[in-house]
Order: sequence, then C-alpha cells, then structure tokens
Amino acid sequence: MPLSVQETEIKNPPVSRPPLDPHLKALENEAIHIFREVAAEFENPVMLYSIGKDSSVLLHLARKAFFPGRVPFPLLHVDTTWKFKEMIEFRNRIADEYDLDLVVHTNKRGAEEGITPFTHGSAFYTDVMKTEALKQALDAGGYDAAFGGARRDEEASRAKERIYSFRTPDHKWDPRNQRPELWNVYNGMIRKGESVRAFPLSNWTEVDIWRYIQAEDIPLVPLYYAATRPYVERDGMMILAEDPRLELQPGEEVKHGSIRFRTLGCFPLTGAIRSTASNLDEVIAELEIATVSERQGRAIDRDQSGSMEKKKREGYF
Amino acid sequence: MSATAASTSATILPFAESAARVTRDARPLRLITCGSVDDGKSTLIGRLLWDTKAVKEDQAATLARDSGAQNDLGLPDFALLLDGLQAEREQGITIDVAYRYFSTDKRSFIVADTPGHEQYTRNMATGASTADLAVLLADARAGLLEQTRRHATIASLMGIRQFVLAVNKFDLVNYDREIFDRISHEFREFALSLGVRQITAIPMSALKGENVVSPASDAMPWYEGPTLIEALELATARSTQAGGFRMPVQRVVRPGESFRGYQGTVAGGAIKPGDSVVILPSGTVANVSQIVTFDLVRNAAVAGDAVTLVLDRQVDVARGDLIASIDAQPLTGTAFDAQLVALQQGGIEPGKRYWLKSGSRRQRVSIEPLSQLDLASGQWRPHASTLTMNAIGKVRLAFEETAVFDAYDQNRATGAFILIDPDTLNTVAGGMITGKRANLGGLKREGDRVVLSLPADLAEQLMASELFASRREEVEIKRVTAAEAATLWRNAGSDI
Repeated sequence: MPLSVQETEIKNPPVSRPPLDPHLKALENEAIHIFREVAAEFENPVMLYSIGKDSSVLLHLARKAFFPGRVPFPLLHVDTTWKFKEMIEFRNRIADEYDLDLVVHTNKRGAEEGITPFTHGSAFYTDVMKTEALKQALDAGGYDAAFGGARRDEEASRAKERIYSFRTPDHKWDPRNQRPELWNVYNGMIRKGESVRAFPLSNWTEVDIWRYIQAEDIPLVPLYYAATRPYVERDGMMILAEDPRLELQPGEEVKHGSIRFRTLGCFPLTGAIRSTASNLDEVIAELEIATVSERQGRAIDRDQSGSMEKKKREGYF
Repeated sequence: MSATAASTSATILPFAESAARVTRDARPLRLITCGSVDDGKSTLIGRLLWDTKAVKEDQAATLARDSGAQNDLGLPDFALLLDGLQAEREQGITIDVAYRYFSTDKRSFIVADTPGHEQYTRNMATGASTADLAVLLADARAGLLEQTRRHATIASLMGIRQFVLAVNKFDLVNYDREIFDRISHEFREFALSLGVRQITAIPMSALKGENVVSPASDAMPWYEGPTLIEALELATARSTQAGGFRMPVQRVVRPGESFRGYQGTVAGGAIKPGDSVVILPSGTVANVSQIVTFDLVRNAAVAGDAVTLVLDRQVDVARGDLIASIDAQPLTGTAFDAQLVALQQGGIEPGKRYWLKSGSRRQRVSIEPLSQLDLASGQWRPHASTLTMNAIGKVRLAFEETAVFDAYDQNRATGAFILIDPDTLNTVAGGMITGKRANLGGLKREGDRVVLSLPADLAEQLMASELFASRREEVEIKRVTAAEAATLWRNAGSDI
C-alpha cells in the first residue's frame, strides 16, 4: 500500500501558492540542494540566524528542503545585546511558531567588560561581540558546518567565496587557497576541528531576495517597512532612537520621519533610509530604482575598502 | 544620503511597469568570459555591470576613493570593481573565479569571471563547469590568438555549446568591416571544428560601450547582428529534461513511521506518479507513488526540481544511490573512460587511490592516464605518467565498487565528477565521463598489440587481407557476434 504524506502529522502545514517564476525556482532549487547536501555530509551542522531578511529567506528554504521532516539542525543567533528590540521579539515568535531549536549566544566577556558600539568604536565592538562571539558559539556547539545567508553580490570579497567555504580550526578563511568548486558537486571532506561555512544564497541578489519574500509570503521584522519612527542623525547615518541606551550627543536631537531599514544589524551601527515604502510591493518598486547598495547603511563596511575581507579572514561571516 | 529612492519621485516607475519588469520568464543564464587583460575583459564586464545598472553609487564612490583613477571616458576603473581581494588589488592581478550578477528586463545573468593569466586552465574549467555560454574576447587589432583557441577548446571540452566572439577594441581599427568578417570567419571555422555550432560574432568597443548594451549603428551601420546583451538574452539555458529520469538520492527523510521519502534534485528527464524506476547500483525496481514538496503534492517533476519521492514499496535506498527511469538506464560498471582537468600542485598520479564524488555518491577510484591534450595544437598525445596541474587528460577510471554514470555529453549532472585527494582532502580534479569501458573492448591496446573485436564475417575478411597478414604482430582480431560488437563499440568511449 502506498505510503502517504497526508498520514504524517505536520506542524504548520503549508498553504498553496501560485508557482514561482523560473528564475526564482532555479535559485530555490539550488539552495535546497545545498541544504540537503550539507545536512547529509556533515555530522553537526548549525544555521546562523541573524533575524534579517536574508536569514528569513534562508530559514524558509531550510523548512522547504527538509519537509515533511523537521529542520534537522539548530539555529544559532549571536546576540550582541544591541539588536533592535523588534528583532528579538520576531526571533522568539518565529522559533516558537516553526518549532525550531534556537541557540542564543552572547560573548559574556565582552558584555561583562562593558564593550559597546558607542564606547569602543564599531571595529573593535564588532570584533568582540560578533566575530569572537561567533567563534565561541561554534566551538561550544562543536559544529562542523554553519549555514549563512551571505550573497556574492553583497560585497567584492564575497564575490569570490565558494558555496562551501572552508575554515581552519581557528575559523580562518584563506581566500587565496580556496578549494575549486565545479558543477554542483561539493567537497564536504574535512578533518576534525575544521569546518565549512555553507552559503545556499550565494547566487541570489538583493532583488531576488525581495521578490522571493513577496512570492512566498515570508514574514519579516517590521523595521523593513517604512513607518514614522524616531531617529537621530549621526556620522551621516539615521540611527533609530528608541533604545534608552542611545545617549544624545551635543547638538543632536530626536527627529521623527518616515524611515525604514534595508539591512538589520546592531541598531547603533545600522542606518535607516528615508522611505515611504510601507509594504512589499512598494519596497520592491523602490529597490529597483535604488542607486546605492544595501550595505551602504552599514558602518562596519565603511572603514576602508577590503574591510569585509579582513573581518572574514578573522572568522566573521 | 542624496540617493534615498523615494524622494526622487520623478524617477519612480509606475508600479504596473515595475511589475512587468520583475516577471522573468527564464532561468538565469550562466556564462563565462574568457580573454586576457589586454583584450579588455575587465572593461567589458565592468561595462555590462555599469550599463545594466548593477553597480551602485556607493560602490562606484568606493572605487573612486580607492584609486582616484578614472579611465578617459570619466567612468570608474572597472578592473578595480572586479578584483575584490586585497592581494589582487595590491598585485594588480586576478587570482580566482569571481561571480557577477546583472539583469535586464528580460533575464538575469550569472557571470563566472575567470583570470586570463597563465594558470588559466583550472580556473577556466571551474567557471565553465556551470556555464551555458562562453564569451570569448579578441582584440580586433590582433585577431585570433592562440590563447583564444585554447579558451575555446577548454570551453567546448567542458560542454559549452554556445559561443559569443567579442571582437573588441573595434574603434581602434576604424570599424573596418573586412577585419570583422575575417576574424569572425576564422573563428567560426575553428569553433565548428570543436563541434560548436551556435556562434555569434559581435564587433564592439567595451570602453565606449558600443554593441555591448547599446547598439552602435552610427559607428557600424553595416552591422545588423545583435548587441552582446541581446545575444545573451536570446541564448538558451541548459536543460537536461530530455533523456531518462535521474535523481541522485541526497538523503532519506523519515519524519514518522508512516512516511519514508527520498530527497534529491532531479538531474535529468521527468517523473510522475506511477512511473517505474530502478534504484542503482542495486537494481531494485519500484514505482513512484508520490512527489512531495513543501508547497503541494505534485503531479510531475522535471530536471532541476528539488523534490522528495515516495515509492510504492519498502526498498533499500540510501544516500548515494541513483533513482533512474527503468527504460532509459545509465551506465553501470567498475571501469569508465573520462577526461579530466588537474587542478592542484602535485597533479593526478597514476595508480593513486582518490575519492571520487559524483552526484551524491562518493567512492574510491584509481586513475590511469592515457593521453594529454596539447592545447597549442589541439592534439591528444599519449601520456601515462602524472598529469600535472592545469593538464587536461584522458584517463581510465577503475572502481572497487559499482559506479553509475551517464556520458557527460548526455547529462552534465550525472556525467561529471570531482576527485578528492585522500591526503589533503582538497579537490584535485574535475572530470567528465566519456563512456563505459568494457573489459574486452571493441578496440583496445594490450601491450604492443591492438585488439579488435569484430563481427565474425568482418573479422574473417580482414584477416584474409594482405595488409593484415603483414602486420600480424601488431593487431589481434577477436570474433564476436554483430550484436556483441555493437555493444563493445558503443561502450568503447574515447579509446580512439
């Protein structure tokens, strides 16, 4: 007698949608293939979950890849304690709703030493609260593969990164000696202590991400949509002014305006854009004529050209 | 923040138009660009990204800040846009394959941008492995160089069947039509000799943006062909929907006692519930009862789809197995012929046991080199020793357990493999199956003698000939039935 999927109890059964266009379908198929391959070849994978739009797409694809089974690995969120409040609320709701194993890690040393983006500068803060914290969490979990939502179109050094990006036991990336990657045949052989970062969204662009979110109706943190919010202008960025830890400097004042975010990170380091795009259609319409890249709002990318590569070599995603 | 999009309302498209723009009816076209720095490759890709608006203002500003340099048309130095790694910027060279993305209203494109320097073969092979089309650059002043021929040869070996010849720097030869006709004719002849029939030649100036994205009818009124972007929009993305159904099993999913599904990406053909399949290498037979995806239970799946198959009976299926249509089965055996590209220092050593990964299957293999391609002449030369880095060789693969493949020219997914060095665990070769090796061999060499297996009547005739009598020491003829001979020859692969 044929076995049937309907007999299986599935939490959150999917709803039926119109089929994806061939472009998005091809990207989705590729990502699912990568998810399944990594899950099968590695002993202890984990998915880096940053709560942003790319992570939301990544999570959606993971659920698709393993359906009707559960997502067979935990999600890891490196919490710097400086994330937007709405991000944390969203994270907890999603983990509950989708029945996910969520691991949250904060660099206790950094937190105890009072390292903040305001007092220690973005570079040092990022190094301790993100890069060091990530390495601590990966070591603690003994993970041999970590999924990330990085895309090659984001930044110049990422354009060269493999889908399986090999890391030494101390999480270093050597861009000059990457393993060749041919066809969709991935080399998952590593020694104990070594690991790979796996990037199922490598070939997606920012527009693809948004169109996929639209087509698949993927929930997002509301900060991506324009609303009237309080902000201060600092170093040419609009910083959201709702966290009491944000202290106004002389000459600064809290303003209100219709703003939204193109990427989400730590609120003191993430600049908003002026926008009235309050829903998906409007965000996509805005994006298609945008003349600046999405990482333009990220302070950590702006120190110097090549700074992402430096951070990646040291273990940053 | 001069560029906040919503504030520049004059440039916002009406939404209807915008929606039309985002409905793309094609898969992304993957292409590789081949040419040296002197041919203007970086300028060409930079021009494509710039004219399709894939480069954003802040990225251009970063470039301007880094270099301060602009080319003589006041555009950013495109080469810097492309060389992302610090070492590349410091040394002014391109180290590795980089991937670029751009799109038009009709289609999106993924460019594998490979370096044009001497150690190009392995990088080109890597970029070409996933490409549907190759853009080959030639400097109009220099015409076809040996390097252009090498690039075209490697691209065709990797299975690329669509070429675009970009005759660049055409402004520097005064847009002389005769020069274009000569170069494109010469190229066409060469490409045809490689078995590539879909060829488009385009005269262009990447620096001036002529015939790249914008047409150049003022400068070249005689040219009626497509611009580069039009040629790319019209190209076909590879599909393996013809041929037998293939799905390498990536994992088995068992969320509960009542469900057992086999997850994988369809690598060829199509499948629907009720179809009979064979599980290889075991040879077990079953019928497909369901095709499950997250969105819905489907009534068909085609090449490229990532699905979960449910079979109508309890059978032993594991990761690494291949599910195939019962009436169009792949090749199975322990000896295959292949072509491969050596990717690392140390090369590929005869007799050494490597890991071979193809689809989702990993198994032990040993390699016997047979010949090596001389890229300068295009000739295969006998070569039985180590294939050094960047070498392209024909090899014999010997497996310890049954292997399952299609020929690469039949199916790029089930005909491709990588070799992994068991000592370094690095990827040391990329390979393409050319055929199965029968142990008897339609035509093979045994020591100094060639063994010919022929239908009995043919064998008798040949042996009776005077010519054969004089070369009895070199050739041995075996008599087989006509059907056996046909099978042997079909499986003989690349012996010849």
